[in-house]
Amino acid sequence: MNRIIKFIVLDILRNKIVLIYTLLLAVLSWAVFSLEDNSTKGLLTLLNVILLTVPLVSIIFSTIYLYNSSEFIELLLSQPIQRSRIWWSLFFGLSISLIFSFIIGAGIPILLYAPGDVGLMMLMVGISITAVFVSLAFLGSVLTRDKAKGIGMAILLWLFFALMFDGLVLFLLFQLADYPIEKMMVGITALNPIDLGRILILLHLDVSAMMGYTGAIFKDFFGTFLGIIIAFIVLFLWIALPFWVSLRKFKRKDL
Amino acid sequence: MQVYSGIYKEGNLIITKSIYFEGIGLPVLDGQKKYEVLSVKANSVTICGFKIIRSGYATLNDPCGIKVYDSHHVNVINNTLYDNFFGIYLQYSKFCIIQNNSVTGLGVEEQQIGNGIHCWKSDSLQITANHVSGHRDGIYFEFVTNSVIWRNISEKNIRYGLHFMFSNSDSYISNVFKSNGAGVAVMFTHKVKMFNNTFSENWGDAAYGLMLKEITDSYILGNHFTKNTTGIYMEGTNRLLVEKNSFDANGWGMKIQASCMDNVITQNNFTGNTFDISTNGTLVLNTFNSNYWDKYEGYDLNRNKVGDVPYHPLSIFSVLVEKNPPAMLLFRSFMVDLLDKSEKFMPSLTPDNFIDQSPLMHSLQL
Repeated sequence: MNRIIKFIVLDILRNKIVLIYTLLLAVLSWAVFSLEDNSTKGLLTLLNVILLTVPLVSIIFSTIYLYNSSEFIELLLSQPIQRSRIWWSLFFGLSISLIFSFIIGAGIPILLYAPGDVGLMMLMVGISITAVFVSLAFLGSVLTRDKAKGIGMAILLWLFFALMFDGLVLFLLFQLADYPIEKMMVGITALNPIDLGRILILLHLDVSAMMGYTGAIFKDFFGTFLGIIIAFIVLFLWIALPFWVSLRKFKRKDL
Repeated sequence: MQVYSGIYKEGNLIITKSIYFEGIGLPVLDGQKKYEVLSVKANSVTICGFKIIRSGYATLNDPCGIKVYDSHHVNVINNTLYDNFFGIYLQYSKFCIIQNNSVTGLGVEEQQIGNGIHCWKSDSLQITANHVSGHRDGIYFEFVTNSVIWRNISEKNIRYGLHFMFSNSDSYISNVFKSNGAGVAVMFTHKVKMFNNTFSENWGDAAYGLMLKEITDSYILGNHFTKNTTGIYMEGTNRLLVEKNSFDANGWGMKIQASCMDNVITQNNFTGNTFDISTNGTLVLNTFNSNYWDKYEGYDLNRNKVGDVPYHPLSIFSVLVEKNPPAMLLFRSFMVDLLDKSEKFMPSLTPDNFIDQSPLMHSLQL
């Protein structure tokens, strides 16, 4: 398994897209921190990068990579290797290289300019979100053979989580404005990994506003150690569940 | 009259003559949780250098550490008050000086503890350089006129750091109000001057750095509002001048309800606030001019340090949150940023006269 992971990581590195992604993140982060006079504003700009760019690159790149390596996968399948082992290795290879480039590109400037709990939380959220969207890419690409369809699905998934979900929530909020829905909203955030990550970071960035009435409910939940643990367990489920489904499909798939 | 150090359990001491009552080596007067410790019923009395502890608890006659009844020219200086029901209480008094006292309460619940420095129906008081903590309200003013509150620190009180009602023509200057349950409340008063105070870390939905209700003709200058859930909350205030204050890292810099009229907000710094301004209606009868807003994105072509494009300090999201608080959940999401940006260009939901015509390009040195 390690050897396959090594192959995949090397292959991805040779691909250069990941290198460009690292470079892009690095340029963005360093620029943001050195242009803004206080690091909080820099963190805010980076927050958008982490919540938009990172998921987009993770899901699209993984999907395309999976489709492009279908011949490689078929070749591996002809060897005496378990199917699940190949799928696991692909997953690890992709997420390790993307997480690695996130840490190099964005993680280093974050830790240098904003050390402390906000920076650390941002790093953790970025890493989790990368893995979540790699896992979603696996699910998407195992569902359909058609490359165009698969990439379309990846883009739709990203659009849904990054944009449409928030729009739906806003709509729901105003439809149900007469009901006490604050606590339910905490549950709804669990349905979107990007929102979950955003709120975890917000509780550290906008702590004064979050002490207001509704904020206090989120703060009571997400601000406690237990809440943070639960939030990260949910994020982990977002990684594990799509991958697990895709693994089951892949094992039975007629390639 | 001099008292040497020791522990004195004398019950209720009543001063009925004009004396200079001095403690040497911090003598302790213990109320044993039964008595009011010192009652002053004479004019021209000075009390200094005592440690006054453990006054009784009763809600009918409010036993205190030091209570001044209907007197004038009473000075309370350099005392330490600890674990009393009320700390220092003045009623119907005039020309009194409360200076350099440390007043500490051990209150847990609002109902079971009195105020640190409580002034009622008095005139011409000076409350200077005291430190109050752990009481219900740090400093309480009701029907007190022509008085000054200067250089006090009021922190970690259960309710308000300063509670101020029906007290006209007073000023409070260079005080620090920090981490109080509900911040500072100034209500039903006119001609108040608030200079150079610091309001910080007052957190909670009903906690305001400074809450102004029914205030008229007052002047707020040079104060610092830092890390409060709401910096200033205004309701029914008229003809206020809010000038040269700094609002930094608050949840809401100012919440100005539509019931406010003819207030002028000028030359303030708004930096690092989640929302600079919020309001609950579309009626705007106040003026915002020449403030520095760190969220301002305009330009200054003629280099006169004033932005060429007017600034709309009211973001659509703060309006949404005001109408529907759970929407806070979506704060800083891409959707909301898009909404905010488009609203900035074409105000449709926010009142379009809510505007700073001359936003500053650089923050003021405050």
